[in-house]
Amino acid sequence: MTSTTAARSPKRRFRFQGRYLLLIPLLLMTIFYLLPLYIMLVTGFKSFAEVSLQTMWNLPGGFSLENYIAAFEKLAPHLKNSLMMVIPAAIISSMVGSVNGFVLARWRFPGSNLVLPLLLFGMFIPYQSILIPLAVFMKNIGLAGSIPGLILVHVIYGIPITTLTFYGYYMTVPKELVEAARIDGAGMFGAYRHIFLPVSAPAFVVVIIWQFTSAWNDFLFAVILTGNENWPVTVALQNMAGSQIIAWNVQMAGSFLAAVPTLLVYIFLGRYFLRGLMAGALKG
Amino acid sequence: MITENASLKPAARRRLNLGKYAGFFLVLPSIIAVGIFVYGFIAWSVRVSLSQWKGLTPDYTFVGLKNYINLFSDPRFMVDIRNTVIFTLVFVLGSLTIGLTLAILLDQHLPGEAFFRSLFLFPMAISFIVTGVVWRWMLNPAITADRLSGFNLLFHNLGLDFLINQWHLTPTWGIAAVALAAIWQMSGYTMALYLGGLRAVPDELREAARVDGASELQVYRRIILPMLWPVTLSAVIILGHISLKVFDLIIAVAGKQLPLDVPAIYMWQTTFDGLFYGRGASIGILLLISVAVLIIPYLYYSLRSGGES
Repeated sequence: MTSTTAARSPKRRFRFQGRYLLLIPLLLMTIFYLLPLYIMLVTGFKSFAEVSLQTMWNLPGGFSLENYIAAFEKLAPHLKNSLMMVIPAAIISSMVGSVNGFVLARWRFPGSNLVLPLLLFGMFIPYQSILIPLAVFMKNIGLAGSIPGLILVHVIYGIPITTLTFYGYYMTVPKELVEAARIDGAGMFGAYRHIFLPVSAPAFVVVIIWQFTSAWNDFLFAVILTGNENWPVTVALQNMAGSQIIAWNVQMAGSFLAAVPTLLVYIFLGRYFLRGLMAGALKG
Repeated sequence: MITENASLKPAARRRLNLGKYAGFFLVLPSIIAVGIFVYGFIAWSVRVSLSQWKGLTPDYTFVGLKNYINLFSDPRFMVDIRNTVIFTLVFVLGSLTIGLTLAILLDQHLPGEAFFRSLFLFPMAISFIVTGVVWRWMLNPAITADRLSGFNLLFHNLGLDFLINQWHLTPTWGIAAVALAAIWQMSGYTMALYLGGLRAVPDELREAARVDGASELQVYRRIILPMLWPVTLSAVIILGHISLKVFDLIIAVAGKQLPLDVPAIYMWQTTFDGLFYGRGASIGILLLISVAVLIIPYLYYSLRSGGES
């Protein structure tokens, strides 16, 4: 083993130089990925007088918060709506997913193998195929136009992905452990509480982050199911961008405000966010 | 499972049998919810799509496949199909190419790898609406010299004037400009999928090939790329079904313009603005069928191989 490394090391050093050239395409791509972020931030910090489409790429002359203030005034109530919708949706989703994942992975019943694929199909359906019944149904049960209605919808359509994530996680809990508990007379709830729940924290983080992000970023359900004053921020932002009255610089500042919560989640908890993406591997 | 149970003491077995369905009752609420909100609503949509419902009051008078047949002679729907095909091709091929390239570059253990990886993935955390609003201004379609802005201005400043174009206002191909924004958003995710696949290729395999005198390029072409087919398949399916459903991104970049129309926008407008419920439902069902063609074999395959234990 040591001899191989020794034999290879001069070759390594030789390639060492050349490999650095590969950083050039990576840096070019970095610029590509950062351009929209740059435009959002730079435009936001320009003063109203400075803003012109023809100088869009220039750095701001000073440091003005006018755009952010104007955008915040417009979006504040909707940012609040988003938060009030997303937090309960993410928490409830994670609890539902945990219970389902536990049963399907480690407390099976005859026929339980069929349940997961049947649930998973719900993850991929284009929501256009259920939109009309959904709108009618929500109206009939009196939840159309409200934030609780939107929470319910996110929880239900979140069942597949949250169940799948917990399922994958709980499959790593040794089966023998559960069998032993069963033989010792532990019931279903006992096994869940004493074996599964205590080790679930990472899966809860993954699922809560995932649901937080997807509910925050949702537009379709929100635009169908909520009225003006209950709009979450995505709908309000789209509406602001569609209007001729609100200047593009304010739209840019507004976009940034709407992106901040999920960006913060990504920056501080990105590791888990990535794990949520990959745990699904299926999710789109 | 059966043999394990048989080996237990009779008392324990009885308890197991009694509680055999306990788990079922715990997941029952979810089964009911998904049963109604997914399967029930799909059935309901099918029924609407076979009806003549038009206007505010539901009208389930059966008209057979009339709504579907009408769609296929509807010029707007033909534009939708064309746009979906263009969008899918540009978006899927673009994301795969960029994703694979970035993954291979990042697989070389270069300095700053973790930084690049996080950076390429951050657009995933942002909503299509935010992406769309920002790209709307970067794709500014003005082409006259004094009104250049966005990418066109950037091209001009870099001396790349031949690249200046009208982006989403380009006839026929305009939708491809919107696909660029989608590539920006999803190529990092594709990269992550590929990187996972690359990391799963055993080092010994690469070493063995190098020892046999294969160049680095050959190692990739002959050994590693063929092993990435399953990843490519997953990526195509995930990206493909996103592009079939694309809706908010297009609205945010370009509003609702007929040349950039897609089935999801048509469905929304005809149903909720035009009150043509029958037609709207049939577009929804057609979208479902096209997604199902992709997804059902995929689900079947990945659940079978993905592992019972």
